Amino acid sequence: MATVTVSRKPLSLSERAYLPQILAGMRITLKHLFSPNVTLSYPEQRPAIPPGYRGVPTLVMDPHGREKCVSCQLCEFVCPPKAIRITPGAVPADQPDRAHVEKAPAAFDIDMLRCIYCGLCQEVCPEEAIFLQNQFSMSGYSRDEMVNHKDRLYELGGTLPDQHFKWDKKKAAEEHGNQH
Amino acid sequence: MSSSPKPADLVTVNIDGRDISVPKGTNVIEAAKQLGIEIPHYCYHPKLTVVGNCRMCLIEMGLPLMDPATKQPVLAAATGKLKVNWMPRPQIGCATNAMPGLHIRTSTPMVKECREGVTEMLLINHPLDCPICDQAGECKLQEHSTEYGRGYSRFVEHKNVKPKRTSLGPRVTLDDERCILCSRCIRFSKEVAHDDVLGFIDRGSYSTLTCYPGKKLENNYSLCTVDICPVGALTSTDFRFKMRVWFLKQTPSIDTESSVGANTEVWSREGVIYRLTPRRNDEVNDTWMSDSGRMLYQQVKSADRLASPAINGAATDFETALKAAGNLLRAGSVAVVGSGRSSVEEQFLTKKLADALKVSASLVSRVGEGDKILISSDCNPNVRGALVTGLIAALPSQKLESLAADIDAGKVKTILSVGEDLVAAGLTAAQFAKVSVIYLGTHANATSAAARVVIPTLTVFEKSGTMVNQQFRLQKFSKAVPGPAGVTDDLVTLSNLLAAVGGATISSDLNTLWTTLSAESKALAGLSYATLPATGKILDASAWSALPFVEGETLHFKPAAVPAAASS
Repeated sequence: MATVTVSRKPLSLSERAYLPQILAGMRITLKHLFSPNVTLSYPEQRPAIPPGYRGVPTLVMDPHGREKCVSCQLCEFVCPPKAIRITPGAVPADQPDRAHVEKAPAAFDIDMLRCIYCGLCQEVCPEEAIFLQNQFSMSGYSRDEMVNHKDRLYELGGTLPDQHFKWDKKKAAEEHGNQH
Repeated sequence: MSSSPKPADLVTVNIDGRDISVPKGTNVIEAAKQLGIEIPHYCYHPKLTVVGNCRMCLIEMGLPLMDPATKQPVLAAATGKLKVNWMPRPQIGCATNAMPGLHIRTSTPMVKECREGVTEMLLINHPLDCPICDQAGECKLQEHSTEYGRGYSRFVEHKNVKPKRTSLGPRVTLDDERCILCSRCIRFSKEVAHDDVLGFIDRGSYSTLTCYPGKKLENNYSLCTVDICPVGALTSTDFRFKMRVWFLKQTPSIDTESSVGANTEVWSREGVIYRLTPRRNDEVNDTWMSDSGRMLYQQVKSADRLASPAINGAATDFETALKAAGNLLRAGSVAVVGSGRSSVEEQFLTKKLADALKVSASLVSRVGEGDKILISSDCNPNVRGALVTGLIAALPSQKLESLAADIDAGKVKTILSVGEDLVAAGLTAAQFAKVSVIYLGTHANATSAAARVVIPTLTVFEKSGTMVNQQFRLQKFSKAVPGPAGVTDDLVTLSNLLAAVGGATISSDLNTLWTTLSAESKALAGLSYATLPATGKILDASAWSALPFVEGETLHFKPAAVPAAASS
């Protein structure tokens, strides 16, 4: 292979003196020293979450603090990475005010190692019981810790306003005198 | 119209511009189905009488216009085609039978409007229950509302509220709100189950399905009402809230509780069976099956399931158990007890095993009470398979008397039992003490407790194979769920035992085994597991027609009017 000899470009005087480059660098450093911060001191400071953000999926309760999920398993069906696992069951006998809803999950697990935060579960839920809310950081020491069980999901979800009160309407119809 | 002469019992009807020849008496819904045209319906069921009360199957109907003078059909001057006299009002498809020249239109604006109207009326008081309804996913109302409904509701008043959890019987729960009053369940109870317990009471929106006073829906076919309910009104108490149907995988199987061999569908998810339903076979069970047959899936997860091979009661591994069994068998003086509950393939391997040991196998007969519907008196599902494979030549008796005599005479030292409880078959504890038993079975019983070697086997839901029912119909069943860990397939166990006693090497693979089977059994010649139709195949039974089978009449079977011995 032929060898090509490349001659080094000679440095100019200012380049040889270094000083202009050092001063230019100091200018940038000084500028950032007095400009406002662009980073947050996470986790002490938290970012503002924009509306519509898709955080950790959670289960929410209705305004009366009752379970909304009826374990229809549509989220389990639609979930692309199969992160959701529900064991359906009946409404416990000790909740007579919810007896007319009949069905409730006996267990509801979301594996956060599988979840891809796509939001399809929220979109598909006919009971408006599952929401991807603001929580974005999930951490744990084991795989088991990364599975959110039902009580944890309700704890994360809290209560959200319900525009429809579907099951309350049903109760109202019963009390209105349409009982046959 | 076609010019070729037609058989007398066929009539040609024209549906949506297409001609089709159907037998006389076929209704429009069935004729349209043959053309691939769906006419939505709720109350009509092919195996029940027609009542025509849901009005969903409304169609437009017409007959060729006849010239009153000549009595000849009038042809349109412009096109030269038949002129059809369309009726101004819609007719119901279920109660309109095929007749010569019948013309049907199923997709006109009038028909569409009728369907929308019927759907709207049905949905007025139907609860918005789909998320908690077990029928969701296989609900006709759901499907037809999507397909033929208006898509929105004009109803602003309060919906009716009715009882949601009425128990009609031990296995059926009624949700009154969902009921659309199609009366299929009432007709089924009356016509098929011959147990007339259901009826409607009250009028208008107060109409309610109920049992007659003092009666309950508790016959052995009550769960068929759940199957035929087009909505989620009747639900199975056992399956209630267990799993949504769209998660379940369907596997064709056979009901093994009697020799009827009702065709079934096993619904499972991730290796767990959730329910059994009938699979339509017009020659065997129509669209029905018994409640007792539906509960058979519970044996898969039952607590007394044999989980591991054992020698003298101590758990061991499969190879060791096999070796111990092989040693016992090679020692000689063996008796083989086959089973009428094994599949044809297993019986064939049992026969080969008996041949290699130079003994004849015996079988145990089970006689129960038939119900003249889908349970016969013969509680073994596959006695005829044992005849076909040559495992036995004569019909078995209920007790193993000759085997007992052989044990007493000291002629038998080892018994290989393929799934038969020898204690229940009449062997005494004293006789048991004299022999070593090798037991191949699924569940623990007195025999497995006393056996020298126990090798667990699979239930019918965990393996594939075939059985021969009372009509000598060869039917296949497929593996729906995997067997428990540590349990080996019956065919593998038997072919290993066969190899251990020095018999011919026969593959435990079903398809390979069938090539041997069809070559060796005359009745099975030319058949194979892979090509056996889903509805089964009738075998040539002339060789066994004189045998006095323990049978009674069932839905599609009448015992041959032979032998006096049969009645004894």
